[in-house]
Amino acid sequence: MKTVKFTINGKPVEAKENSLVIDAAREAGIEVPHYCYHPALGNPGVCRLCMVEVEGMPKLQVSCRLPAKEGMVVRSNSGPARTAQAASLEFHLANHPLDCPVCDQAGECYLQDYYMRFGGYTSTMREDKVHKHKRLDIGPNVMLDSERCILCTRCVRFLDKVTKTSELGIFNRGSRSELLPYPGMSVDNPYSGNITDICPVGALTDKNFRFKVRVWYLDRTPSICTGCARGCSVEVHTNTKRPWHTDGKRVARLLPRHNPEVNDYWICDEGRYGFDYIDAPTRLKAISVMENDKLRGLTWDETVAALPAELSALCAEKGSSGLAVVLSGTLSNEDLFAARLLFVDTLKAGHLLVKTGPDQEGEEDALLRRKEKVPNLRGAQALGFGGRIQESSWGNILDGITSGKIWGLYVVDRDPSAVWGEKANGALSRLRFSAYQGVNVTHFADSARWVLPSCAYVEESGTFANFQGHVQKAKAALQPLGDARPDWMIWGAFVRALGGSFPFDSARGIFTHLTETESEFKGLRWDGLGKDGVKLAGSREPQTAGAA
Amino acid sequence: MTDPAPETQERPASLARHPARIVTRPVMRFQERIYLIEVWHGLVITSRHFFVNLWRHTRRAIGLVARAGAVTIQYPDDPAVVAKRGRTRHRLMKREDGTPRCVACMMCETVCPAKCIKIVAEESPDVMIEKRAKIFDIDMGLCVFCGYCVEACPEDAIRMDTGQVEMSSFNRQDMVWNMQELLGNKKKDPAANVPRL
Ligand code: SF4
Ligand code: SF4
Ligand code: SF4
Ligand code: SF4
Ligand code: FES
Repeated sequence: MKTVKFTINGKPVEAKENSLVIDAAREAGIEVPHYCYHPALGNPGVCRLCMVEVEGMPKLQVSCRLPAKEGMVVRSNSGPARTAQAASLEFHLANHPLDCPVCDQAGECYLQDYYMRFGGYTSTMREDKVHKHKRLDIGPNVMLDSERCILCTRCVRFLDKVTKTSELGIFNRGSRSELLPYPGMSVDNPYSGNITDICPVGALTDKNFRFKVRVWYLDRTPSICTGCARGCSVEVHTNTKRPWHTDGKRVARLLPRHNPEVNDYWICDEGRYGFDYIDAPTRLKAISVMENDKLRGLTWDETVAALPAELSALCAEKGSSGLAVVLSGTLSNEDLFAARLLFVDTLKAGHLLVKTGPDQEGEEDALLRRKEKVPNLRGAQALGFGGRIQESSWGNILDGITSGKIWGLYVVDRDPSAVWGEKANGALSRLRFSAYQGVNVTHFADSARWVLPSCAYVEESGTFANFQGHVQKAKAALQPLGDARPDWMIWGAFVRALGGSFPFDSARGIFTHLTETESEFKGLRWDGLGKDGVKLAGSREPQTAGAA
Repeated sequence: MTDPAPETQERPASLARHPARIVTRPVMRFQERIYLIEVWHGLVITSRHFFVNLWRHTRRAIGLVARAGAVTIQYPDDPAVVAKRGRTRHRLMKREDGTPRCVACMMCETVCPAKCIKIVAEESPDVMIEKRAKIFDIDMGLCVFCGYCVEACPEDAIRMDTGQVEMSSFNRQDMVWNMQELLGNKKKDPAANVPRL
């Protein structure tokens, strides 16, 4: 398409012909204030905030509906444009309650931001404000305060266009217009949390986050959601400096991060609220081993001296084909690499399982959610699991244990009893060796001989490949809890204890090694993953293959 | 519509142990350790004050205009004199119906340079108030009496006008005033956390 050249605030910009001026301005680093326009939800032009002055046009224009034309001269900061923007803002605030002290949006509210930036007027309103509904529970995750709503219709359009569930509408007319759910409806679709993000003000707030902590106390780290194989880009918001606000829980909320390749602007509710396990009381914090029916605590040094030796002695005595290792798609590429080095290359375990079973599967839909509720199956595949390395199955492993062929079971982050049910309990007691390494206590951890605590994904940097082969980096947002260590670090130490070589001391080092040795990871770089991520070699479009 | 703030405050585990600040004291030099030189310094200062004040009082007594000499207040036998605008111990204000004015907006907690205010918010039963404090602690041992919290409060919920400057206690934990004590609903026991023998 033809590109056109024009100027915004004296700055020359280039944009596609007929693209929106507001977009071109943003790309040039000029933010025109706006409420109703959202790149994914269209531009109804109802808020009248994005007014700009265009030379040659007698009246001000809304930049969210103004197509770019050759030679236009646009000003968003001229006197008339500023006056119009401030007037629109005053109109939005005419009936807006003075709720900031009790409003969760305060600190990230566009009414506050724009008022401070260009509003700044003294109120001229003498009339009483129109009162509407407060604290209206409109769904399992969302609280509505319709007095605070500025009627931008973003939420209505999200529910109409994206989830196609249409629970909200605007009722009545004039100053009495009010955003409300349709009679008898509740906003309970699996993506309902997103409307609290796109609402530019505090009308829709997140019940899960409500009144917990002020947003300016939070630290933000780019990461990914590990709730399913989509691996949506998210930002992890942590509260560590004032722990009393969130009752000691370090993760306060997850918010979606725009990534056109993966999740656009959205995440599902399952992922959004699926972070409780990170600070749950069930987190494993210490190593323990069962000796003569008694639990004993151990340090990592003692464990590294004892566990690998015990495993290799048993492998030598009973044959390594009797060792079953259940890994999980929740592990990062770096963890899986260390697992491969230990269990496949060093110990030569007979049974390996990574793929999801009934324990890690759930609902899926066309928008984002995937059936496999783990983030890194494609990464495991790229590292050879299920291909070069043959995968076993839950059924085979149970048969092996019952028939006595399998003497050892090493489970990572999964719960066999969720698949086998109670029937397996008898079988499990026949194992000579059982170990559980994971983030939270499971049923299996209670009966395992070794229990090792590992880090949750927010406590250690790592890379994950989603089902499209899109590799993204999750940065560490927190310190490990208690004695928990990254999985790769634990297995690396075991490899060294068994005489192997493991020359890595960071996830970055392992990833760099992968890009040099694994065909699928060739050409990637740790720093080159950026904020959007990069596709694996085997998942790239044919025309771009080899370009990286 | 409203009900009074809860009598008993539930504390989250993270508040159970109040962090103590470790202060390192300066090491004494030789000159200070032999004692006599420092005693002499002290006597010089005291005598200087004595003679300067004697001079000022005498000049005033014979009718000459001069600076007033120092007056000794017999504190603690006589009460401390605090200016009306002096910043003294905080109190939390109440609405007409007796509920706390504080809406747990955390402005004071945010502005406090000593980081000595701890608030935990909860849902208020009154929908027009929406939010209120469940826990509101001020650690008087850390407070620097800057008055920023009073300035920051949008609800006039906190003031520093009690005239009270005596807040000593037997340990750090007892320097923490909770919401009921700040509201005046409960008298502060300065030795609540002293183990009784
Ligand atoms: S929506 Fe914004 S301006 Fe309105 S009360 Fe909330 S924080 Fe204040
Ligand atoms: S609730 Fe928020 S997103 Fe929905 S119309 Fe009102 S201001 Fe816009
Ligand atoms: S007076 Fe200053 S230091 Fe003391 S509580 Fe208020 S803001 Fe904090
Ligand atoms: S600033 Fe005022 S209303 Fe806000 S939390 Fe402090 S005392 Fe309460
Ligand atoms: S953003 Fe242009 S009118 Fe609302």
